[in-house]
Amino acid sequence: MTKVYQKSPAFFDTFERKPSMQKTTHYCPGCGHGTLNKIIADQIAELGLQDQTIFVGPVGCGVFIYYYFESASVSAAHGRASAVATGVSRANPDSITISYQGDGDLAAIGTSNAIHAANRGENMIVFFVNNNIYGMTGGQLAPTTLIDQTSATSPTGRSIKNDGYPLRMAEMIAGLEAPTLVARVGVNNPRNIRQAVKVIKRGLEIQRDKKGYVFIEVLSQCPTNWRKEPKEACEWIDEVVCKQYPFGVFKDLAEERGAVERPCKRVEFDAIADQLGLTADDEDASQKIEMLQDELRFKFAGFGGQGILSLGMMMAQMSMERNMEVTWLPSYGTEMRGGVANCSVVVGKKAIGSPAVDNPNVLVALNRPSLDKFGPMVPGDGLIIYNSSLIDQVPDDLQGKVYALPATDLASEAGTVKAANVVVLGFVAQKTGMFGLADLEAFLADTFKKPSLLEVNLKAVKAGWDAAEET
Amino acid sequence: MKKLVKGNEAVVIGALVAGCDAYYGYPITPASEIAHAASEYFLPLGKVFVQAECEVGAINMVFGSASSGQRVMTASSGPGISLKMEGISYLAGAQLPCVIVDVQRVGPGLGNIGPEQSDYFQVVKGGGHGDYRAIVLAPASVEETYRMSIEAFDLADKWRSPVFILTDATLGQMMEPIDIREVETHRSEKPWALDTRAESNDNLVTSIYLDFDDMEAHINRLHSKYQQITDEEARAEIYGADVPDIVLTGYGITGRMLRSVADKLNECGIDATLIRPQTLWPFPSKTYQEIVKPGIPVLSVELSRGQFVEDVRLALPGHKVKHYGRVGGNLPELGELVEQAEMLLQEARND
Ligand code: SF4
Repeated sequence: MTKVYQKSPAFFDTFERKPSMQKTTHYCPGCGHGTLNKIIADQIAELGLQDQTIFVGPVGCGVFIYYYFESASVSAAHGRASAVATGVSRANPDSITISYQGDGDLAAIGTSNAIHAANRGENMIVFFVNNNIYGMTGGQLAPTTLIDQTSATSPTGRSIKNDGYPLRMAEMIAGLEAPTLVARVGVNNPRNIRQAVKVIKRGLEIQRDKKGYVFIEVLSQCPTNWRKEPKEACEWIDEVVCKQYPFGVFKDLAEERGAVERPCKRVEFDAIADQLGLTADDEDASQKIEMLQDELRFKFAGFGGQGILSLGMMMAQMSMERNMEVTWLPSYGTEMRGGVANCSVVVGKKAIGSPAVDNPNVLVALNRPSLDKFGPMVPGDGLIIYNSSLIDQVPDDLQGKVYALPATDLASEAGTVKAANVVVLGFVAQKTGMFGLADLEAFLADTFKKPSLLEVNLKAVKAGWDAAEET
Repeated sequence: MKKLVKGNEAVVIGALVAGCDAYYGYPITPASEIAHAASEYFLPLGKVFVQAECEVGAINMVFGSASSGQRVMTASSGPGISLKMEGISYLAGAQLPCVIVDVQRVGPGLGNIGPEQSDYFQVVKGGGHGDYRAIVLAPASVEETYRMSIEAFDLADKWRSPVFILTDATLGQMMEPIDIREVETHRSEKPWALDTRAESNDNLVTSIYLDFDDMEAHINRLHSKYQQITDEEARAEIYGADVPDIVLTGYGITGRMLRSVADKLNECGIDATLIRPQTLWPFPSKTYQEIVKPGIPVLSVELSRGQFVEDVRLALPGHKVKHYGRVGGNLPELGELVEQAEMLLQEARND
């Protein structure tokens, strides 16, 4: 049997991280924490895992666990130890990450973080110290406080009506698929300690082999807040507490499970460039679009599904490739759920101020609501191109120069109504003089890799171009 | 290598170029594309990406990874940043480097998903508990978002501090070209970090100092660092006339709009100068003091009812600074801002 009463090599010789009284722990006499710390330290030392071990300390009586263990340590915010441990474990795939938490920390304020770390099957071992009371803050009700047990905030005893039932965390966690080992042990008598030693050793071995998540609930005595003598407190666990929280191994899949490897790599720029699909520029930096104005402001609008956003993106992309300043701004979120979509594109010779377009130089309206909404905002020298396949009535308060373009019909003739946006692209390019037909065709050839799709789009862009030449 | 991307994607590409190791986040409009891009790029490259169970979980995973010496980031929008604030205080207290993006939306409460700049107090003045500061970068374009994202990781390492990138729904959702190249970054040695070597056994990352004197000394150390950051890192873009008739000021999306306003005014024969802070903390107060001579009117524009303007006024004691703000998700129109500037000039002449 492990010698429980000798100082473990995994502990500091003197507790230098402790501000005062560096020979003794901060735990009260008879507290279960001290015994548990000792068992963990012995098993870490026995398995030779001290260097790999990283402790995540909680807020609660375990807050100063780093006083004792000579291992890298971090203190988490209240309830967040399992989340912090997730970050530690992901960053240190070879570590033994230990999250040491009490019942307020894990079962109340941090339940969500605890459950989700378990459910992801993080490579970590969680010690859940259940002494069914808030220790450090002075004996308040915990989620684990027994029915009728008194506490600083349940002076007449825990009431089911007011406080609900004591929470059985180990059973909850064991109900999840991911965890590898889930158990409840005690540190209140030699028999329970022997079992705790076995379970804790197994948990550490699972971590060493990276076999996933381990949850060990430890029934621990808090003589101070239970207002019992240490001996009496230990007996109370056997007589009362373990009736609510039975000891046992609820789940042990260590034999069936393999190592879970989660990479954490640093990569060179080339790998990033590959991943982003970047290709070396072959563009001519001097190439520009001749524009009469400093800036052309476009609004593209229509139904969702008419390819409005990608039409704007094609204009922006082609302009960018010709070294112009460009911005593209979509309508999004709730605005889009109503079925209308629009985007604003600005192409400029110099830095663009607002990307929002209120008074477009060019409006493309592919449906009636868009024309009604944005048409009147186009100034007298602006262009309004509307989809005459779908719009039969034009508002009479329009000032801009109005073009009727049967975009949907032309697209359908080209092969699919989906290409209506590309019909518009051809029309707009011709009318604004921004791109030649050959530029458009080269761009489409870059965009549509599938030959059948490319063919349809080439027809569509030509149809739009021709329509513009004819009007 | 030019690529047309949304501001939200530019943040992630910048992070990759800066050598970011891990992303932890939770979806929220209008910041979600950051998580989309991070999941798309980080996982195939063998980097860490976790969609956390909540914002609080995400920031604490950041805490864990940062204490392990990783370059790490998270992103959200106002309501999510509120939730992260506890963790940000701990990060500042434990002096952990990390990058946090806030794509501002409309508040208070659920508000809506349009652009606003109303998280200024929360992000720039603290938000979390305790006497701490965090560096705040305020890009005004997608390209600048990309560059600041790279730089944020260096600043975080250099000062062992959380660094915010403060954008908004418009900057996050809009696309502009960015020029992606390999850059030299400055990843600090982190001998204090938690790892699996014997040398790290004595390392401890914490923000707790029980002894009052120890705690006071810790806070004083933080504040001498903050003083150094204030002296060395404050930055602003200045654009326009050397001797202005009027000074325009704003950050982020409104800052770039004011550039067009300055151009418009200059066309009408009014000399206008734009001061656009690129760091909000530290605030470039000196720049204001150098440029704004007594009697020159200042128009401060933001997408809020007046948060940023308080820092402008603090930088210019006794000076007349007029605030103009739009809220609710609305962006001001150019003409509207020109009109405000003209009105202010008129008032100044009458004074
Ligand atoms: S209060 Fe209870 S749990 Fe905390 S140290 Fe004392 S006995 Fe242990």
